[in-house]
Amino acid sequence: MIGVVDYGAGNMQSLANALDHLGMAWRLAESDADFAQCDRVILPGVGHFQSAMQTLVETGQDRRLAAFADSGKPLLGICLGAQLLLESSEESPGVDGLGLIPGAVVRLVTETVPHMGWNRVRPTRESPIFDAGERDAHYYFAHSYVCDPVSADHRLAVTQCGTSEFCVAVGRDNVRGVQFHPEKSGTVGLQLLERFARC
Amino acid sequence: MLARRIIPCLDIREGRVVKGVAFKNLRDAGDPVERARAYMAGGADELCFLDVTASIEDRPLLIDLIRKLSKVLFIPFTVGGGVRSVDDAKALLRAGADKVGVNTAAVTRPALIAELARQFGNQCVVLSIDALGQGEDAMVTTHGGREVTDRTVCDWAREAVKLGAGEILLNSVDADGARSGFATALVERVIDAVSVPVIASGGAGSAADFVELFTKTRAHAGLAASIFHDGSTTPNDVKKVLQNKGIEVRL
Repeated sequence: MIGVVDYGAGNMQSLANALDHLGMAWRLAESDADFAQCDRVILPGVGHFQSAMQTLVETGQDRRLAAFADSGKPLLGICLGAQLLLESSEESPGVDGLGLIPGAVVRLVTETVPHMGWNRVRPTRESPIFDAGERDAHYYFAHSYVCDPVSADHRLAVTQCGTSEFCVAVGRDNVRGVQFHPEKSGTVGLQLLERFARC
Repeated sequence: MLARRIIPCLDIREGRVVKGVAFKNLRDAGDPVERARAYMAGGADELCFLDVTASIEDRPLLIDLIRKLSKVLFIPFTVGGGVRSVDDAKALLRAGADKVGVNTAAVTRPALIAELARQFGNQCVVLSIDALGQGEDAMVTTHGGREVTDRTVCDWAREAVKLGAGEILLNSVDADGARSGFATALVERVIDAVSVPVIASGGAGSAADFVELFTKTRAHAGLAASIFHDGSTTPNDVKKVLQNKGIEVRL
């Protein structure tokens, strides 16, 4: 059973539609009891770092997500959900993230911001969410900030835009996050969700 | 490198696809969900739905349609037409749209752009501009090109981005429907003026027009309706031609 954390994020319905399309059993992960029934959890997200963290803290979801991460079961953050896994963000100075992966979220520096559209993702570490044979597949992005983990070991994939290259997938053991939107990346994205469901 | 996007556009009225010339003689052209699926299968990078009536009475039909679309579309889509408030936009996004397009209402009340960006993030806000002319004095029009304002296109684009627009959908009224190529000079002019992605619209009649767009300008995307309507040309057909010309696309 996949748990989906709903905190009013914009892409919640898109993710639910994608999981339904794949025939995957999922439920909203709201209470301790919900989390206990899930063998993996997805933290979606579109929006603002501060308001998202505020909602997670007010509803106690920050504590449940940390406990779930400690349990060793797979956790996947999507877009803002990936950024929330880190310790802080330049979008909201002074606001603590979930801190499950050491590092910060930084403002993107490219010719055009937001970084919007389909870009090639190059895995730099082996990870069960990427296909071993996957080479530079296109995924859909819509963001102005990027994850910047402290350790190179926690950078799972990179993308190039103009002359800059940035981290677009993070991972520390069972906790992973992708900056792009697998639920909006066509067949390639749906396959990533399938791999997450198996990992 | 970001792939150049190909975006088919569908005009919607009362929950159905319509086509016509310059908003006149609208004819029923099928079920939007079926058309959208076919476009996705044919390689569309994104879709754009423009509700051409957008009267209050038709709103529930549109919302219901977006719900159906979001269940089958695993690529992003924008919905525009008649968005006048944060509540209008919220209804479209909640139903499953990824972005909302604003046009006339934003010209009338520019603060709308800031309100939408604050509430949903600027990546959700697409400012659509109907431009008359191609030069520095190209003017913003409203109401589907029928009314000319006193704003120049570049000034309005700059102001809108400052307010929080995350993308500019630039439609050339002169080129629209003529199928004789995009208004490349105007597109490049607007790209110079702003730092957000620019989508060019109006004038696409063949794959060669997209080649010209992406070689002459830095446009992030090209949007077209009629070229894809009868199904004989798919977005992938266009993208194969682009790829052969060394232009980065998603295939």
